[in-house]
Amino acid sequence: MMIETDILIIGAGPCGLFAVFEAGLLKLRCHLIDSLPQPGGQLTEIYPKKPIYDIPGYPTVLAGELVEKLMEQIEPFKPGFTLGERAETIEKMEDGRFKLTSNKGTVHVAPVIASAGGLGCFEPRKPPIGNIGEFEDKGVEYIIKDPEFYRDKNVVIAGGGDSALDWTIFLADVASEVTLVHRRSSFRGALDSVEKVMELNEAGKIRLITEAQVVGLEGNGKLESVVIKHKKVGEMKKGTQHFVPLFGLAPKLGPIAEWGLNITKNAIEVDTLDYSTNVPGIYAIGDINTYPGKLKLILCGFHEGTLMVQSAFKHIYPDKKLSFKYTTVQGVNGFE
Amino acid sequence: MSIVNITIIDREGEKHKVEAPTDMNMNLMEVCKSYELPVEGTCGGMALCSTCHVYVRSEHGLSEMSEDEEDMLDQAFFVDDDLSRLGCQIPITDDLEGLIVELAPTAE
Repeated sequence: MMIETDILIIGAGPCGLFAVFEAGLLKLRCHLIDSLPQPGGQLTEIYPKKPIYDIPGYPTVLAGELVEKLMEQIEPFKPGFTLGERAETIEKMEDGRFKLTSNKGTVHVAPVIASAGGLGCFEPRKPPIGNIGEFEDKGVEYIIKDPEFYRDKNVVIAGGGDSALDWTIFLADVASEVTLVHRRSSFRGALDSVEKVMELNEAGKIRLITEAQVVGLEGNGKLESVVIKHKKVGEMKKGTQHFVPLFGLAPKLGPIAEWGLNITKNAIEVDTLDYSTNVPGIYAIGDINTYPGKLKLILCGFHEGTLMVQSAFKHIYPDKKLSFKYTTVQGVNGFE
Repeated sequence: MSIVNITIIDREGEKHKVEAPTDMNMNLMEVCKSYELPVEGTCGGMALCSTCHVYVRSEHGLSEMSEDEEDMLDQAFFVDDDLSRLGCQIPITDDLEGLIVELAPTAE
């Protein structure tokens, strides 16, 4: 499948979302791609329940609420979304447009790309076990995509947060054997999940090993056992077909570094005239860019996106006249 | 303006003696960043990322850990139950004079 649009926005965080609105006022259509399965970027992923106090007009707004409001605001401009896919490669096509392919092979074509990539892509945090890379997709999975994959299998889960607890509970009825390994004796997840895990452990439906960490992986071509180090007992080996470490997500700059853009300290250099990068037609707004005096604020990202779309318009339609209109005068004329 | 002297040991073992103001509402993560030490501080100081994870190497009675900080350290790697703290949760106060901290390793 090929998706065509005017501005392809990498990153569906607040700045990417608001850029859709400003582009829409200029009758430019947008499509957003984000590695997370939902829009909102770090606001949704890291701090949805935290208040933000410096959005003009909102004395206080929860990060999650701001994302909902932005989605409502841009709805008339019918943005497209490719969610749960990472922007992987960008090629310049013969007609001057860009072709962006995701890690899942979805092709997007647009004359303008705007990176609103924030901190980069959120990826699962990998525990520091020396040879873990050797067993990725050979018994080690950082994300549970389909629980049926573990039917009648032996699974070791590591972690102490909600996702480790929830999946332990869920897989107790699916896998043949579930072991949960956690560094401490207490859990900090939701209380009813913690109680349920304790019950399952007492009933012998799962095995809970606390004050312990998985420190080693063994196998020949595929995972056969894990080495669990207990604080008091020491090391023990446990045969298993799967090891699922669930330690949350952390942002990584990712493929952005390979697109030929000038990068300083993990951020894309831009011209503050229009937030253009060194590659004509590629712009960068929000936390992902850098310039003298840069502040990583949502407020500033909104401004950057607003100026960016003016320049994007001229890049797409070099001969068209563009007149600036207030929304109060013009209203918001959405797309069909 | 009041200043405290803090020693920060980086991941190569090098000691950085830094001066931190106590009247700027700063925390240890921000001090590390202001001296361009390799601390990301990704979440901006909300105890939500653990990129400012440090080991406290001196006998300073620091403030109690909040639930949020304990939650986050629970998900972190290379945690030492006695020494680990998040730099962003350590406000710079007068009683930190002579504090020694070491930056914890980063995964990968």
